[in-house]
Amino acid sequence: MSGTAHAARHDAPDQPVFVGQVKDKLEALFPSYPTRMACLLPALWMVQEARGWISPDAIAEVATVLGLTPAYVRGVATFYTMYHLHPVGRHFIQVCGTSPCHLCGSDEVMKAILQQTGCGEVGATSPDDRFTVIEVECLGACGFATPILVDDDFHDSVTPERVAGVLARYP
Amino acid sequence: MGFPHPNHPKETIVLSQYFGDADARTYAGWVKRGGYEALKKALGMAPEAIVEEIKASGLRGRGGAGFPTGLKWSFMPKGDHKPHYLVCNADESEPGTFKDRELMRWTPHQLIEGCAIGAYAIGAERCYIYIRGEFTEPWRVMTKAVEEAYTNGALGANVFGTGKRIDIVLHRGAGAYICGEETAMMNSIEGRRGNPRIKPPFPAVAGLFGMPTTINNVETLTAVSHILNRGAAWYKGLCLSSPKSTGTKLFSVCGHIMKPGNYEVTMGFPMKSLIHDLAGGMRPGRRLKAVIPGGSSVPIMNAVEAEAALCDYEGIVAQGSMLGSAGFIVMDDSADIVYEIYRLAKFYAHESCAQCTQCREGTAWTTKILERILKGQGKREDLDLLLDLSEQMTGKTICVLSDSCATPIVSGIKKFPEEFDAYLSRAKAPALAAV
Repeated sequence: MSGTAHAARHDAPDQPVFVGQVKDKLEALFPSYPTRMACLLPALWMVQEARGWISPDAIAEVATVLGLTPAYVRGVATFYTMYHLHPVGRHFIQVCGTSPCHLCGSDEVMKAILQQTGCGEVGATSPDDRFTVIEVECLGACGFATPILVDDDFHDSVTPERVAGVLARYP
Repeated sequence: MGFPHPNHPKETIVLSQYFGDADARTYAGWVKRGGYEALKKALGMAPEAIVEEIKASGLRGRGGAGFPTGLKWSFMPKGDHKPHYLVCNADESEPGTFKDRELMRWTPHQLIEGCAIGAYAIGAERCYIYIRGEFTEPWRVMTKAVEEAYTNGALGANVFGTGKRIDIVLHRGAGAYICGEETAMMNSIEGRRGNPRIKPPFPAVAGLFGMPTTINNVETLTAVSHILNRGAAWYKGLCLSSPKSTGTKLFSVCGHIMKPGNYEVTMGFPMKSLIHDLAGGMRPGRRLKAVIPGGSSVPIMNAVEAEAALCDYEGIVAQGSMLGSAGFIVMDDSADIVYEIYRLAKFYAHESCAQCTQCREGTAWTTKILERILKGQGKREDLDLLLDLSEQMTGKTICVLSDSCATPIVSGIKKFPEEFDAYLSRAKAPALAAV
């Protein structure tokens, strides 16, 4: 369970992320790369882990820390689909829907998840702010259809019947 | 977590021997199973001798292209006094493929050992392993294993007391299929958008951070320690058909199949037996209709072609497709070929980096046209339009994502025209609701 990852997401976003341990963690990466720019993807991950999403203020902070411009950082962040550039629910659910999983009934799994989370439609956040659900392209676990990721937890062989049990683990 | 199936007697188990064995994940457990002996042996050899051994084994890239690994390594310059890099491609995202996930989950040290040998052979002191962002469990397993390898002197400034430095850095992707393309992967490590680069220059000349770089797939690198331990001749002898395809290979079988999973067989193994014996065949009462054998980026095979094919680089080409990453997407007679091709086109449209016009527009428009056909609004001319678009998408872009989208479409129209016809003639009810 990684619900704690999102615990701080309502913090005022102008609080700096790269202080204390997070700063140390980023600086510990510097010797692993010949440029500061190469630490950009790891730095964005650190922001998302700390805050649950990557705000415009955090983008500006990452830019300052790594000696880049905010426009450049935003340009990179928008390329990668796993970075949340808007706040999401406490738990983020990714359901695979690419052909191999579709053959094995991922549409039905998605339907059950949308219904039981109260999200209603793909991409939406539930009214109680508990879940955001998206369809993801190939999770690389086609032999365990249908795989879903809830936050950082991987669940394989999910069927409509198993959905309730999985969701119950994420209050 | 998914758990591996028991070995089938027709499998040839090399890479997957310890799948399901949690003790093999630890450093001590790996050493107990003979681990890191190959790395110690390698560090006592000249780098050129390792490259020659890999060349002699016939090992070819397992990520999809099938390029001879030893030859690729030999392209790295010698005596140039520049930093060299090895990049391990663990961005496994090709639909139908899930072998690298299992290799990392169960045998992280097998990969670390292969990376260390590879790095030493090409004169690199650092290897980046690029793991896709969605692979949270492989990431955790690999992180722990790398730490253990450092603690035990298998990595670091003085590997096993030889004075040689080999570092491994794990780099996490963030959701982009295109970063599995080697030049896009280098951009992504550098902190850029994952747009593929124009070649030349090839990575061995100017790759990661502008330095000579080799990029190898996870499965390719895991095979390296076995070749050093048991010899190139042994590996070359693992061959049932074409002498150009040697060794064992993990085949991921998924879709409409009784026992989905990874099966390790010797190159040249009959696909019919792989599907019907090892993977348990079709569900009761169902017949095989089609297989997309190389992950999704290769031509679709009908049942006759699939059951006649031998599973190696040449054998699958002989039956009109390609081995690719060897992820078999199996479809029985209940599958709607038009819908599945549409779903794949949608995948490519989502994953296009949008750098090249042919790809950005082509993947989006082929998806829209297929959608129109599935809504029962298709026109006869749509098939010609799809073929024309596919032609414009093939061989005209910086990387092959665009070609990969076109390939299943063209082969699908050619091999399953009646399925398209059923929608176009309105004989079949629309699969998608018209909006």
